[in-house]
Amino acid sequence: MTDAPDTLERPRSQWRDVWLQFRSHKGAMAGLAVFVTLILFVTLGPLIWRIDPTYIDPDPVRMIRGRNQPPSWAHPLGTDQLGRDMLARMMAGGQVSIAVGLVAMSISVLLGTLVGVLAGYFRKLDNPLMRLTDLFLALPLLPLLLVMVMLFRDALARALGPETGTFLMIVTAIGVTSWMQAARIVRGEVLALKEREFVLAARSIGTPSRRIILRHILPNVMSPIMVAATLGIASAIITESALSFLGLGFPPDFPTWGRLLFDGVDYLQQYPERVIWPGLAISLTVLSVNYIGDGLRDALDPRIRGR
Amino acid sequence: MLTFVLRRLLLSIPTLLFISLVIFLLVDFAPGSPASEIPLTVPPEVRAKILESMGVNAPLHERYLLWLKQFFWVEPLHAFDATFGTSYSEGMQRIISYQSRAPVFDIIAQRIPQTLTVVGSAYLIGVAIALPIGIYSAYRQYSWFDQLGTFVAMVGFSVPTFFTGVLLILIFAVGLGWFPSIYDTTLKVTDWDSFVQQARQMTMPVMVLALYNAAQISRYMRSSMLDNLGQDYVRTARAKGMNERVVLLKHVLRNSLIPVVTVIALGIPTIFGGAIITEQVFKVNGLGAALIGAIHANDLPMVQTLTFIFAVLIVMFNLVADILYGILDPRIRYD
Amino acid sequence: MKLKTALLGAAAAFGLAPVAAQAERGADGEVKVLYYQAVSIVNPYLSSGTKDVEAASLVIEPLAGFDQDGVLFPRLATEIPTVDNGGVSADLTSITWKLKEGLLWSDGTPVTSEDVKFSWEYCTHPEGGCAQAARYEGVVAVETPDPLTVVVRFDAPKPNPYQAFVGSTSPILQKAQFAACVGAAASTCTAQNNAPIGTGPFRVVDFKVNDVVQMEANPNYRDPAKPRFATLTLKGGGDAAAAARAVMETGEFDYAWNTQINPELQAQMKAGGKGEFVTGFGTLVERIEMNMTDPSPGLPEGERSTVKHPHPILSDERVRRALSMAIDRNVLNEIGYGQAGRPTCNLVPSPAAFASDNTGCLTQDMAGAKALMAEAGWTDTNGDGILDKDGKKLSILYQTSVNAVRQDFQALVKGWWNELGVEVELKAIDASVFFGGDPGSPDTFQKFYADVEMYANNFDGTDPEPYLSQYLCDKIPGPDNQWQGENINRFCDPAYDAMVAELARTQDFQARTELAKKLNDMLTKDSMVVVPLIDRGRLSARSNTLGGVVLNTWDSELWNAADWYRVK
Repeated sequence: MTDAPDTLERPRSQWRDVWLQFRSHKGAMAGLAVFVTLILFVTLGPLIWRIDPTYIDPDPVRMIRGRNQPPSWAHPLGTDQLGRDMLARMMAGGQVSIAVGLVAMSISVLLGTLVGVLAGYFRKLDNPLMRLTDLFLALPLLPLLLVMVMLFRDALARALGPETGTFLMIVTAIGVTSWMQAARIVRGEVLALKEREFVLAARSIGTPSRRIILRHILPNVMSPIMVAATLGIASAIITESALSFLGLGFPPDFPTWGRLLFDGVDYLQQYPERVIWPGLAISLTVLSVNYIGDGLRDALDPRIRGR
Repeated sequence: MLTFVLRRLLLSIPTLLFISLVIFLLVDFAPGSPASEIPLTVPPEVRAKILESMGVNAPLHERYLLWLKQFFWVEPLHAFDATFGTSYSEGMQRIISYQSRAPVFDIIAQRIPQTLTVVGSAYLIGVAIALPIGIYSAYRQYSWFDQLGTFVAMVGFSVPTFFTGVLLILIFAVGLGWFPSIYDTTLKVTDWDSFVQQARQMTMPVMVLALYNAAQISRYMRSSMLDNLGQDYVRTARAKGMNERVVLLKHVLRNSLIPVVTVIALGIPTIFGGAIITEQVFKVNGLGAALIGAIHANDLPMVQTLTFIFAVLIVMFNLVADILYGILDPRIRYD
Repeated sequence: MKLKTALLGAAAAFGLAPVAAQAERGADGEVKVLYYQAVSIVNPYLSSGTKDVEAASLVIEPLAGFDQDGVLFPRLATEIPTVDNGGVSADLTSITWKLKEGLLWSDGTPVTSEDVKFSWEYCTHPEGGCAQAARYEGVVAVETPDPLTVVVRFDAPKPNPYQAFVGSTSPILQKAQFAACVGAAASTCTAQNNAPIGTGPFRVVDFKVNDVVQMEANPNYRDPAKPRFATLTLKGGGDAAAAARAVMETGEFDYAWNTQINPELQAQMKAGGKGEFVTGFGTLVERIEMNMTDPSPGLPEGERSTVKHPHPILSDERVRRALSMAIDRNVLNEIGYGQAGRPTCNLVPSPAAFASDNTGCLTQDMAGAKALMAEAGWTDTNGDGILDKDGKKLSILYQTSVNAVRQDFQALVKGWWNELGVEVELKAIDASVFFGGDPGSPDTFQKFYADVEMYANNFDGTDPEPYLSQYLCDKIPGPDNQWQGENINRFCDPAYDAMVAELARTQDFQARTELAKKLNDMLTKDSMVVVPLIDRGRLSARSNTLGGVVLNTWDSELWNAADWYRVK
């Protein structure tokens, strides 16, 4: 895809245009590069760096000596308070954190957009859907999560195996409890958009609602959705760490970025790097996704494209 | 518009009742019990008696109806009595917290001041800095100002408050000794000195929260401005030779405010809800700390009352947002 | 000095004499105390939370208290009644307390035996939900022959008659103030519960629930020279690390309660140079409990973790012993507690008279553990590193509550057990669920839907009898008693039950200690049903400018706040 110019003139597809525009966006390309690097780091990394992230030296003397090591060749990011390798923990943690961040964010944004568009576009659905949103906004999060764990954890773990079950549980829990803001925002935009001339025009020529929504409404609410999505990744990664404190998340010795950050705060004075690594990783993920989102939005906007 | 507002207000009554029922069932159904606060040294028989005396064991519908009565009848009566010195509510049982055996509304009243001062001012400051940053970032897209704003906002949103709070304490309270690390809720502002003291103890929690709020709101402001800056009407206005300032602040801003108004309206009830982590880090002991403490102790009357008040505010401010949509964009109609 | 001797009697052995002698009440200004768990109520009869009991101990007092060595000393009483001085009847069925003369409540009215009797009535009212009812167990009557004499009568001989009106959990309330608050009305008396009238060194001025208590010196306190501080602020909130920081690093507070932080953080805080940690050891033991019944999720609900199904793996004593031998308790202590803990093999680590000389578990013995596993028939036949027997893998679910130190312990123990060839799955549960005892939740420590679980427990006062009788056969939690029993690991041994019954009958102190030691050994080194890990001490932080602090783990930590003073 990167070296197309020398092939002969083919009709230019819309997506090709989008890609070309995206490529010219420096921030977006940098974001993409960082994001791909992070993905490679957490997926391929463990294949090269083959230390078990939960391994503790069973020999007490060696374990005590190997605690809280500063970065070295044996442990490029040092070791934690039990002598576990931080690099391995960062890689293992990243897999979960990135996956949870992306999937939970997608669930929440999809759900939010769906509810928002339906409520904004169809007057009949507005009231019931928005009152449902009010209900979800009002529910206290912690008891809700605890109830979900109690009802579904064992059932899911039995049906899908402990790891997939837990993952599904977490992303659903985060997704289901965080779509409301996106829904309210999208609805507000749709309320205004549907009275605009181009929508009225489309409607007057008998375009079905489904097409109006997909062709005319959705592209115009992309910007706030993008913002909600980027912010959503950050919250999902942090929320995941909070969930493991309710017994909802992964087993307690399993590292994730949010958890590493939380555990590291205790050691902030003595070993600041413990907080810096996961904090940096989360920030980089969110920043890179943000720039990719910026680039995408510009690329999708025909008014900007080719400018 | 007026009929719309009236209809919505009427409709909000059954909505809120339904929400209160769902909250009640949820909190009651959640695993955990007020007994978790009782030390293990207390034998099971005594434990059972304590729970009995709290009224935990009464049937669900009885407890719910009792709460409804207390919330909508006894407490307003009590408030009336307290204001006018009458005694209509004498002998009536107010909503009592399991945890502290104190009336829930008294606890809320004790805590509103610090929550409003800390969380409220953080929100105001957050909005006040987010809007200009968002507007200018969009106007000068990809300038160094925009890039810096993006960076700070994204990092500000990705590092959680439990980290920034502790970091600030270590720098400014432990290292430099400028601000206290513990919020003094008994401080009364009476003169200049106490005002300075109040300002000092508010600085760190307000900074943490304002950064978080500003990060979020500035992103929505920026993206919405960007959308509108490319619209035809902006080109037309500029072509007509309109002052750039007027174009930006009158036309573009007004049309960009809908998502921002939504986000701000969603945020205002959370001021009342308090900032759970920040309040805990700085020992502000406001409503957020009360709520999380009550949830951990399964203090059902407290959780129920707080979340219900919270629900009322959510419904109200979402209504306000809907009304504002109509003002910002007169084409929006609800009837 | 003479005043103090007269008033504090037997407990006068503190090293603060020279400064205290020339003192006057209120001369030292304000003292600020930080409890990371905020105070909810100032009436220990309505809340058994340590924070509430200790805050109340500044205001209301019992007849007698325990000092830092667990020795009784009189507070409102003139002396400790014993059989020798005739205060306790020879058949141990009654005890007679004499109140000090001239005692006044903080409102200026005299303290009488009626108040003592009322306190008993208040706490034993069936509808009051008194949290300290256990203190009055066996009391059939409290008589008041004259305003200064109280006779407490028991239903049977009481080898330990120092339960009622002794210790900060059993203080005396003022009858005049609480008369209308008996029974169901107890919890509606907010004003009384938040500011009781007492005899202690301080009285409540203002109380913000779950936030801060402001107190001032009690003008009628029995020692005119005390307390040295005119006001006391008891702030709550945050966490242990932040509380320690406020004393040790920023110096904002004078005293922080229970600052349980890891040894590295302790070292860091000490470097702050503004204060020091004080430690004291009580009876709190962090332990692993082995489940003697089968928690397998395959069993029908209502039969999981019940005596119907013995545990398929852990029923074998050798497996339990091997698991214990693989643990290095010294390392655990070094990582989790440092000076605030010490490794132990005992369920009852103190008082010294009751502590068994059981130290066999203190050194890790991995080789021995492996040999024992082999002897029990567990070998690694398929070479996957996990022991198996009859085609069944040796796999264990290890649960505890959410807590940074406990998660470190879990990870470490898992490492050692893995080395032993045991597959370990870890689980951490929110403390409010784990300790909540909600029969509807599968995650409570009583339900014990896991193979082993870790938590800490202790006992009130200095006599371990009620504590040891938790392991009786009939106290096993199960569906029939809403999972409310105290015998968490479902241990059941008729010999043990018989010995507990014997302990209840035995009155001679020496014989009681012998029996208690035997019971302790039966649970620990003989059967390895309970695997004690760490004897957890109390770690609190004290500012360098606060003098007179003596840490007491047998009674309220603020037990001698009247003697605190400002170091100048």
